Amino acid sequence: MQDKVVVKDLYKIFGPEPDRALELLDQGLSKEEIFEQTRTTVGVQKADFSIREGEVFVVMGLSGSGKSTLVRMLNRLIEPTRGQVIVDGVDITQMSKQELITMRRRSMSMVFQSFALMPHKSVGENAAFGLEVSGMPKAERRERALQALDTVGLAVNADSYPDELSGGMKQRVGLARALATDAPILLMDEAFSALDPLIRTEMQDELVRLQTTQAHTIVFISHDLDEAIRIGDRIAIMEGGAIVQIGTPEDIVTNPANDYVRSFFYGVDVSKVFSAGDIASDRAITVFERTGVNVRAALAQLHDRGHSLGIVIDSDRHYRGMVSVNSLADAGRDSEHPHWEDAFLKQIQPASADTELSEVLSQVTSNEFPVPIVDTEGRYRGIVDKTVLLQTLDKTT
Amino acid sequence: MTNDITDFEIPIGDWVAAGVDWIQTNLTGILDGISEVLALVIDSFEGLLQGIPPLILALFIVLLATWRVGWKFGLFAIAAMVLLFGMDIWTQTISTLGLVIASSLVALIIGIPIGITMARHDAFEAITRPILDFMQTMPPFVYLIPAAIFFGLGKVPGSIATLIFAMPPAVRLTNLGIRQVSAEHIEAGKAFGCTSSQLLFKVQLPLAMPSIMAGINQTIMLALSMVVIASMIGAGGLGNTVLTGIQRLDVGLGFEGGLGVVLLAILLDRITQSFGIAQRAGGPPSLITRIRRFFQRTPDSPGKG
Ligand SMILES: Nc1ncnc2c1ncn2[C@@H]1O[C@H](COP(=O)(O)OP(=O)(O)OP(=O)(O)O)[C@@H](O)[C@H]1O
Ligand SMILES: [Mg+2]
Repeated sequence: MQDKVVVKDLYKIFGPEPDRALELLDQGLSKEEIFEQTRTTVGVQKADFSIREGEVFVVMGLSGSGKSTLVRMLNRLIEPTRGQVIVDGVDITQMSKQELITMRRRSMSMVFQSFALMPHKSVGENAAFGLEVSGMPKAERRERALQALDTVGLAVNADSYPDELSGGMKQRVGLARALATDAPILLMDEAFSALDPLIRTEMQDELVRLQTTQAHTIVFISHDLDEAIRIGDRIAIMEGGAIVQIGTPEDIVTNPANDYVRSFFYGVDVSKVFSAGDIASDRAITVFERTGVNVRAALAQLHDRGHSLGIVIDSDRHYRGMVSVNSLADAGRDSEHPHWEDAFLKQIQPASADTELSEVLSQVTSNEFPVPIVDTEGRYRGIVDKTVLLQTLDKTT
Repeated sequence: MTNDITDFEIPIGDWVAAGVDWIQTNLTGILDGISEVLALVIDSFEGLLQGIPPLILALFIVLLATWRVGWKFGLFAIAAMVLLFGMDIWTQTISTLGLVIASSLVALIIGIPIGITMARHDAFEAITRPILDFMQTMPPFVYLIPAAIFFGLGKVPGSIATLIFAMPPAVRLTNLGIRQVSAEHIEAGKAFGCTSSQLLFKVQLPLAMPSIMAGINQTIMLALSMVVIASMIGAGGLGNTVLTGIQRLDVGLGFEGGLGVVLLAILLDRITQSFGIAQRAGGPPSLITRIRRFFQRTPDSPGKG
C-alpha cells in the first residue's frame, strides 16, 4: 500500500522557549526536566512515521501524551515547531495560507470529540458545512449532504436541529459532515469518547463497515485499547510526546515495547485481539490420507505417540476430518476395509482462521475436543484446545 | 506649613478645556459632518414613527409583544398603550422611542465591529477594555457637557451623549460572545477550510449571537435612560415631561413622564430580550418555525421533525 501521509521528525513545543527546549531535547532531557528548566511544554517530539492509504491508524496514549497535538499538526490546526508533514507527496508545513485552506477543503476532514456541530444550522446544513465553505451551490451541496447523511442512516433527520438529536446521532452528523466533502483523509480526535459504551461500539462497527465500502485513510485518536483493536489496522502508542511503538494490534499485544505499552493491556479482552489462526497450535498428530496409510495404520501411529486424537489431511494439506483412538477402533471393528469417513468424529466442525477467538472460546470450553482451524482454502492450520487458550490468555493478563 | 503637602494642583480641568478648545477650532468640519449624519438618522426614525397613525403603531406594538413574548405580555402592552394615550404623552413617548432607536442603532453599528476587533486582537482588547471601564463608570451627566459644547443643544448632542454612554455593553458582550465560542467549534471551522472571514460570519458570530443580543438589549436600555437625561440639553421627548415637572414642582406631571419611561422600558426590554434567547434553545420559536409546526400537526402530514 502507498503512503498517504508521511510525518518526518515532527516536533511541537508549547511555551516561551521553543528553541531552547529543542536543544535540551536533542541533549536527551526528558519532557519533565525541560518543563522545570524552561516552563516550556513538549507537546510532540521526534514523530517519524507514515500512514498508508486506506488504513485506520489509531493513536493511543495517556492524557497529555500529545495525541491531539499530533493529529492537529496533520492539518496544521497546530503549527509544527519543527519537521515535515507530507500529504500526497506535498509538504504541508511549507504551504501558504491559501494552499492550506484548499488542502483542508479537498484532502482532509475532521470529526470532533464534542461533535462541534453548529447549533444554528439544521442537520442537513451541518452536514453540508464543508461544501458551503468551499462555495458549492446550495442545491448541489444539499444533495451531497443528504447522501452523506444517508450513509450514516440519518437522511430522515436532515431538517432537525442538533439539539433535537441524541449524542450518537450528533456524532453521526459529525461523521456525515466529514464524509460529505469526499476528503480521502479523516482525522478523528476521540470521536466516540463522549458516547455511551453501547452506542460507542455501534459507531465503531459503523466505521469499520464504512471502510469496507468507501475506504478512507483514517487517523483515529483513542485512549481505549478495546476501541483501538476493534477498528485499528495499526496502532501507534504515545508517551510524553514521543511515539514509543507502532504496529498491528497483534504485534503490540504480543511484543509490547516497554512497560508503558504493556500497561495498556491490563484488563484487555484478549479474545478480541487474536483470531483463531493466530494461536492455532500444531501439537496434534496429522495423518495423511493416501494409499498405504489406512485406518488401522493410523490407530497404531496414535498409540505409538501416546495421542488420543489425530487430524486427517490430504496431500495438499486440506483438512479432511478429526479422528480419535476410539473412533478409529470402532471403524476397524465394524468393517473389513474401513473408510476414513467412518472414523471421522461427526460432531467436529473446523473453524476458519479469521474467526474471533471469543467465538472459538465457547466451542472449546463446551466440548471435550479441540477445534481444528482451517484457512480460507480449507487447508489445515492447527488446533485450538484448552491448553493453547489458557496459555494465550495468560500471556497478557 | 502644614498645608504644603496638599497644596499643589494638577489642572486636569484646564487640560480638558484646552483640548476641547482645540477640537472646536480645528475639527469643525468633522463635527459638522457627524452632526449632519446623525440628524439625518434621527429625523428619519422620528419622522417614520410620528408619520404612522398612532393607533396603527400602537396595534403593531401590541402584536409584536404578543408574538415575541406571549399573550399575557400582549395584554400588558394594551394596558400600556391605553395609559400612554390617556396621559396624553404619546407624542413624547414616540419622540423618545425614535431617539432611542436611532442612537442605539448608531451605537451598535460602531460598537459591534469594535467588539469583533477586540475578540480577534488581544492587544486591541487590552487597550479598549480600560476605556470601556472608564466610559461605564463616568456619571452619565458628564457626557452632556462635551456633547453640548461641540454640538450645541438639541437632539443631535443628546443622541451623541446617548450613543457613547450606551455603547459599552454591545462592545463588551460582542467580544465576550466571540471569545466564548468553544475551541472545537473554531477548529471545526478551520478544519473544513474556512477563511478568516468565513470563520467570523459562519461560526463565530452565529455562535456568539445570544451574547451579542444580550449586549444589544443592554445598549437599548442604557440608551433609554440616557435619552431621558439628555432632555437637559434639549433632546426632548419624555425626559422633557419629567424636566418640566421638576421645574414647576409639578409632582403629577413628573410622575406621568416617569411612568411613560417605565412602560417604554418594560416593552423594549422584554421584546429585545426575546430575540436574544437562542431560538434553538427553548426561546420563542420564529414565526416560520411556528408556521411549520402548525402544518406538521395537521392530520394529513403527521411527520414530526
Ligand atoms: N495550547 C497549549 N499550550 C500549552 N501547552 C499545551 C497546549 N496544548 C497542549 N499542551 C500540552 O501538550 C501536551 C500534549 O497535549 P495533548 O492535548 O496533545 O494531549 P492528549 O494526548 O490529546 O491528551 P488528552 O487525552 O487529555 O486529550 C500536554 O502536556 C498539554 O499540557
Ligand atoms: Mg486530546
